[in-house]
Amino acid sequence: MSDLDNGIEVEGLLRVFKGGVRAVDGIDLRVAPGEIYGFLGPNGAGKSTTVLVLTTLLPPTSGSARVAGLDVVHQGSQVRRAIGVSLQESALDPFLTGSEHMRLQSALHGLPKGEREARGKELLARVGLTEAAERKIGTYSGGMKRRLDLALALLHRPRLLFLDEPTTGLDPQSRAALWDEVRRLAQEGVTVFLTTQYLEEADVLANRVGIIDHGKIVAEGTPAELKAQIASQTVEAVPRDPGDRERLATVLHRFGPETAASAGGVAAQLPEGAGDLAEIVRVLDSEGLKVADLRLHSPTLDDVFLAKTGRSLEGAADSGEEQDKDATSAEPAVA
Amino acid sequence: MSAPITAQIGALAKRSTLKTLRQPFQMFPIVFFPVLLLAVNASGLQSATRLPGFPTHSYISFAIAVAFIQGAMFSLINTGTNLAEDIESGFFNRLALTPMRRLALIVGLLVGVAALGALQSAIYILVGLIFGAHLDAGVAGALVVIVLGSLAATAFGAIGCAAALRTGSGEAVQGMFPLFFVFIFLSSSNLPRNLLKTGWFHAIANWNPISYLIEAFRSLFIVGWDAAALERGFAVAIGLLMVGLGLVVLTLRGRLQRT
Repeated sequence: MSDLDNGIEVEGLLRVFKGGVRAVDGIDLRVAPGEIYGFLGPNGAGKSTTVLVLTTLLPPTSGSARVAGLDVVHQGSQVRRAIGVSLQESALDPFLTGSEHMRLQSALHGLPKGEREARGKELLARVGLTEAAERKIGTYSGGMKRRLDLALALLHRPRLLFLDEPTTGLDPQSRAALWDEVRRLAQEGVTVFLTTQYLEEADVLANRVGIIDHGKIVAEGTPAELKAQIASQTVEAVPRDPGDRERLATVLHRFGPETAASAGGVAAQLPEGAGDLAEIVRVLDSEGLKVADLRLHSPTLDDVFLAKTGRSLEGAADSGEEQDKDATSAEPAVA
Repeated sequence: MSAPITAQIGALAKRSTLKTLRQPFQMFPIVFFPVLLLAVNASGLQSATRLPGFPTHSYISFAIAVAFIQGAMFSLINTGTNLAEDIESGFFNRLALTPMRRLALIVGLLVGVAALGALQSAIYILVGLIFGAHLDAGVAGALVVIVLGSLAATAFGAIGCAAALRTGSGEAVQGMFPLFFVFIFLSSSNLPRNLLKTGWFHAIANWNPISYLIEAFRSLFIVGWDAAALERGFAVAIGLLMVGLGLVVLTLRGRLQRT
């Protein structure tokens, strides 16, 4: 068994849709066994299309992808046996109960009859749905549907788990519960490929992060590496008197180059880090500059995204949404 | 680890049947509308039985055949709509991510449709008998009606599946209903073909395969055992099923692109 038997290896993956839209534009990536890999990007960036290709639901236009050591194009059925997938929509039948979903899925996966009931109960208990097991899905909350979706993805004991935006629309409590479960799975040796548009999710959950934009991976590394790549900390100040903005900028820029600031504020990078802060306060005081707000920012993944693409991830959420919808519905496409 | 195809078909057929039975708004029209139309036609058109050449004195025995076709057409709408919902919701992708075979997906669905087709046919027979229809072919004939009703429902269900796979839209599938209803009206649904005196209508009814399907059901009620009518009716049902399955194979290829 090679080290990639639980991992993912992608080279030059390209997926072109109708009209020549390059949803995934020649990406390379490698996910190690047992790793939680966060795939971060705004809507329409190509995250879901990548997941559809890696889970065999959509053939690539070109390039290669091996999942669990298997070629996604030529060994599709074997790949499907090795992976568990929770797609973006929590696709469940509102007229079936949680237990009935487990039974249907275990029958389709060919679990031995004697094992089905016990495995279903075990997983429903694990995701906290034992009491709701005999209720129809139509009565479930969004968080319960997501948890059932995860249980279904784990039914056949997959070595790799794909989670496509698993916490979108969930309340903070449900989101935290799902994060705990993902961490637990990774500790058990399951490789997790997680797409998300939430910076915090990628930051706290993923061992490594790949940032995708317009179908290309623009940055990859551990969250700490990515933040370290782009910059030092920044200081941002808002003058009490808006007329002092220019003077304030002159002072701050003695400590480092100018950087993007919120409306009315002035910001500068601090190559020396937080150590400069005390000196900044002293200079502001000696110059008689009053500030309404003074903040020290540590770099975030959004700063990384901003540095790599020229725009904020949080503001880019809606761009290219149609492209993503095309991908998830797997419309007939140009190959 | 992979389930035998029969187990996959069984699991999907069970799910398909449960899904329909648990939606009263889908079951209601299947039972209610054909029975209502039968009641209206039977009470309003009873005098048609006095026309020279009309094959029976009981209009309800004559008209009940149409209920089976209407039921089959509701199968088209329900099956297609349910499959389109699965595509729209992503449930179709969930199924595609299992080791399930392509064939099992559609056959499982259609086995469920066949079971419901048999059930709805049995209900029409029962209601018809309660309201005075006479089944000349007896108990064995009732079984043939149920088999033919199930076959017709499956054939129309397959066409509904193909429409859902092509469009992925429940609204598009429902939009087909009026089109298929026209086929019923332009057939021998209300009068036997020999009494359709308007030239163009007679020609269309002669050409319309629905006429032969209706006449096969009808023959069992008002004639008894008419081998020629049954042959034509089963040929039409099987032919429609083949057409439907052919369309399903073509459209499934485009919809299910998994490797």
